[in-house]
Amino acid sequence: MAVHYYDQNDINTDLLFPGKYTYTCGTGPEIVEHLFEDLDPEFRSKVKPGDIVIAGSNFGCGSSREQPTLGMKFVGIRAVIAKSFARIFYRSSINQGLLLVQSPEAVDFYTPGDEVLVDPATGILKVADREFPFPPLPADMLAILDSGGLLNWIKENNA
Amino acid sequence: MGQTFAQKVLGRAAGKAVEPGEIVFVEPDLVLTHDNSSAIIGKFNSTTPGGKVKYPDRIVMILDHVIPAATSKNAAGHAKVRKFAKEQGIDKFFDIGCGICHQVLPEQHLALPGSIVVGSDSHTCTYGAFNTFATGIDRTEAAGLWITGRTWFKVPETIEINLEGYFNKHVSAKDLILTIIGKLGSDGANYKAVEFHGSAIGGLLINERMTIANMGIEMGAKIAAFPADRVTQNFLFTCDLCQDALWSDSDAEFCEVHNFDLGEIVPVVARPHTVDNVCPISELPETKVDQVFLGTCTNGRVEDLKAALAVMKGRKVVPSVRMLVGAASRDEYVKALSQGIIEEFVKAGAVILPPGCGPCLGAHQGALAPGEVCLSTANRNFKGRMGEKEAFIYLGSPETAAATAITGVITDPREV
Repeated sequence: MAVHYYDQNDINTDLLFPGKYTYTCGTGPEIVEHLFEDLDPEFRSKVKPGDIVIAGSNFGCGSSREQPTLGMKFVGIRAVIAKSFARIFYRSSINQGLLLVQSPEAVDFYTPGDEVLVDPATGILKVADREFPFPPLPADMLAILDSGGLLNWIKENNA
Repeated sequence: MGQTFAQKVLGRAAGKAVEPGEIVFVEPDLVLTHDNSSAIIGKFNSTTPGGKVKYPDRIVMILDHVIPAATSKNAAGHAKVRKFAKEQGIDKFFDIGCGICHQVLPEQHLALPGSIVVGSDSHTCTYGAFNTFATGIDRTEAAGLWITGRTWFKVPETIEINLEGYFNKHVSAKDLILTIIGKLGSDGANYKAVEFHGSAIGGLLINERMTIANMGIEMGAKIAAFPADRVTQNFLFTCDLCQDALWSDSDAEFCEVHNFDLGEIVPVVARPHTVDNVCPISELPETKVDQVFLGTCTNGRVEDLKAALAVMKGRKVVPSVRMLVGAASRDEYVKALSQGIIEEFVKAGAVILPPGCGPCLGAHQGALAPGEVCLSTANRNFKGRMGEKEAFIYLGSPETAAATAITGVITDPREV
């Protein structure tokens, strides 16, 4: 498990997936080719399933494009930990079944090289030897996340 | 304790009184999608093969982002949307050339006071100008809404922004909203509703309200709403369409209050690469530009084009600058044509774009080269936004765009 750490606030969805590709790349394999392209061009070659992304405040601001959340889910990102998230991005992550953890304290505490563990069931985030509890999602949103995203949830519930 | 606009709209839709922080499930009145409808159709079909959309009359589809199609892949996407709209009986389908979704939807009187509109586009908040509870969602949620007709909202807290006074000459709504965002920050209204109040509201025209509400998302707002008043009624031609309008009670609780005097606003720009990086043009070092872009859902209305011409006063675009001008919709384009505005821009040396999103998102038309600088009237200046990571985008008003086009450097419109 690796941590991809971006010590920046206001990382927008254009940096996570440039707008020029939004109408020609929609599937997981297409998205991965440009995921995080203008933030960290090395990301797509080093990312592995189970990895964690850590960033500052207002992560995912800007465009409502879902390639960043869909792409991170597709490559197997276990969780994104940030000081705060932009609201459309937050919704989109639930819709894709991607776990977000808002914990400014944990982000401030993190030093590159620290081990990071996230357990959504207990609501515990562990950075090195320190635990940071995070509040669980409301039940309705948790059900969507647990189904692996909104469309799976709709299929399962014939909603 | 009184209720805010957001509480009233969501409470009416949920059929109960609601408090900030509460999660409610509601059926939005409209779901907007644009070129991304094509990807949403794929999600819809894989979730409910052969299925029908639940409420065809609540779906609006507008092709605007990459029009006319730049590649055969774009063209195939558009073709898929046309076919789906026909098969599913979606009457509110608008093909390329009608204009930008955030201009067309209000023009069609679909952004109604007190209604709930969601769209798979972050600038859906524009309809707050019409007292609509309007906000952005992702593609997956739009697909879910086509299937089920409902979604959830967390009832937001509300920020009150009071506006007083009058703009000085060559200062406009864009300078105001950039100043507000510069003060509150890119996440200053994250998860929150914004309501505009104050004695200046009645004097703000619909196009000015649209410019302001459009950029609510640039400070993170869920919605950015104005009250429905005589200006709204005049736009909608009738009081009937305003009958469901709602507004906050005088004793509603706001989590923050900010006050702005329009008379103190000066021409500003947002510097690269965030929208809250705002400064008065007078404090900017000399900044040469390669391109000026006047248009978009933020500033592509005929009033914006006229305001730019009033600054240019017949002067030509300098040879070192490429000026691109696009009206926000066919209706706005026709108005501009009939008033001789388009001819004046062409004679000044500008390039006219079709009514659509154009260079704003960097997918086609007017992309920048590495190292180039653009002064744009759009709503975002993010790195890479206009197709090139090593380019620099400054955001400003139509008046500033005009002053910059005739001088070649970012210029305060009061100085020309």
